[in-house]
Amino acid sequence: MPSKIAIHIVLIIIALLTLAPFLWMVGASFMATGEAGTYPPHFIPRSPTLDHYSGLFTGLQLGRYLLNSIIVSLSITGISLLVNSMAGYAFAKFSFPGRNRLFRLLISTMIIPGQVTMMPLFLMLNRLGLVNTYWGIIIPGMASIFGIFLFRQYVMSIPDSLIEAARIDGASDWRIYCTIILPLCKPILVTLAIFTFMGAWNDFLWPLIIMTRDSMYTLPVALANLMGEHTQDTEMMMAGAVLTILPVLVVFLALQKYYIKGIMLGSVKE
Amino acid sequence: MAELKLTDITKYFNPDTPVISNLDLTVNDGEFLVLVGPSGCGKSTILRMLAGLEEPTSGQLYIGSQMVNNVQPKDRNIAMVFQNYALYPHMSVYDNLAFSLKLRKMPASKIQQRVASVTEILELEEYLKRRPKELSGGQRQRVALGRAMVRQPKVFLFDEPLSNLDAKLRVQMRSEIKRLHQRLKTTMIYVTHDQTEAMTMGDRIVILKDGMIQQVGTPLEVYHNPANLFVGSFIGSPAMNLIEGKLTEAGFVSDVLDIPFPDWIKLDEHVGQSVVFGIRPEHIVIGDGIWEMDLVLCEPLGNETILHLEKGEEKLIARVTELNNVEIGRKIKISFRLERAHLFLKESGIRIS
Repeated sequence: MPSKIAIHIVLIIIALLTLAPFLWMVGASFMATGEAGTYPPHFIPRSPTLDHYSGLFTGLQLGRYLLNSIIVSLSITGISLLVNSMAGYAFAKFSFPGRNRLFRLLISTMIIPGQVTMMPLFLMLNRLGLVNTYWGIIIPGMASIFGIFLFRQYVMSIPDSLIEAARIDGASDWRIYCTIILPLCKPILVTLAIFTFMGAWNDFLWPLIIMTRDSMYTLPVALANLMGEHTQDTEMMMAGAVLTILPVLVVFLALQKYYIKGIMLGSVKE
Repeated sequence: MAELKLTDITKYFNPDTPVISNLDLTVNDGEFLVLVGPSGCGKSTILRMLAGLEEPTSGQLYIGSQMVNNVQPKDRNIAMVFQNYALYPHMSVYDNLAFSLKLRKMPASKIQQRVASVTEILELEEYLKRRPKELSGGQRQRVALGRAMVRQPKVFLFDEPLSNLDAKLRVQMRSEIKRLHQRLKTTMIYVTHDQTEAMTMGDRIVILKDGMIQQVGTPLEVYHNPANLFVGSFIGSPAMNLIEGKLTEAGFVSDVLDIPFPDWIKLDEHVGQSVVFGIRPEHIVIGDGIWEMDLVLCEPLGNETILHLEKGEEKLIARVTELNNVEIGRKIKISFRLERAHLFLKESGIRIS
């Protein structure tokens, strides 16, 4: 019993340490200009203010950046779920010549760092006239090998007889995918949705490269610019950071139940 | 209802070994046909080819007068019941039953009517809102049966539907399926590896081994007149006693038992050949006879008793209905009802008597 208490104390300390910067960020975003830099550092603002939040929207077009981020992240999440799930289903349940070889080839490309492909990708999209457009961010994120892999592994655990039964019942391949495969894959769809949304929302480098016009910036890019322009304005930067993190947090908390189910999959015999 | 015909069907999964070779089979209209054989004999492959889930490498499949080689499963008017039930886990019992009818765009009122009539027969009315995971094994299997029945197909295909159930439920479902057949009078093809199921359910049985038909016949035909050694040993429980030996002019000779044949057994053309003498446990007569064996084990089943007899290397199993004075280790005199015995050629397995 004492050892259990000790473990809990250690865990609580680690949790507080992890949480502290986040709490300070939220606290500082409500502090008056200059207050965050005073010594000793404190968490609770002396006279809370929303000035920095309103400043972000009025002076810095944050609403526009927020909209950009939402459009891009939701599109990538939606389209990539569709493409990854269809590809994963095909790799798991359809037999076609070269299936395994093609899948191995796909997997092997995962060792190529994303940064290496950025230059050729930029040139390609530039030639297609997609620089400074939403598609410039969405198209490269429309499918992910990791997503296909994850989906394939999950679909493989669905018995073939279920698909065969549906086929005999008169369902077409598309109908089987929509009414049998997708509903059964809810946990993995949610897991993939969270991964993809967080990845797209937090992505910094690619939007920075492909979006050269200020009005097309996504939140992380805009936030980085904020750091450059307002180096001294810690409180405003923190307000920007809170706004950036908020949607991800909401998505995660809302889907947490399914997400954990997805991660736990296969570990327990049902 | 429909007659089914398989003509010269061959199926290869890999180029070297055929799973099914040159199979010819006709299933009569309204017949309950059982395909039985050890695992890997190709019985499920035949069923899957009939369902359209596998394509035959060569040969023709007919349902009624229509050749169905290139017809989609959904257009074959067949229904299949799977070993693992294959119920849609995210749908309620009602939706599972109604799924195929919805796909056929049947009006909702008619779907309700069909589902209601099937659930009444299968006594599933109170479970309509439940998901498959909330049902017992027997109930799940009944839903799987119901899903096949609502379609009112020409042919029912069963792929070992009872092998996931416990022994008692299996016997119960066996008679339910049989009763269903008597009621619907639809052609049914039933795959199993369990010879008891095959014997009790089938109008005719097809015994398969290595993708080839060994014998087709009624349960009693294949039991009493097995075409070859494999059929003889596969059908019947406990299995047929088999003793290897040689055929001489006087009769059958083995290391342990010599069995002189009466005059009416004429096997002159096989004299000198290696043969296998086969006798079913119930055709061994206990109590008097010229052979003496040790009683090593006795299994009383109530209505009958199974005796395990040994002499040297040779082991025999006898089945008797009445038995007095059983004493393990005792020597027992036995004789054979030779008119019910079988002789198989050792090399080819073909029955010669």
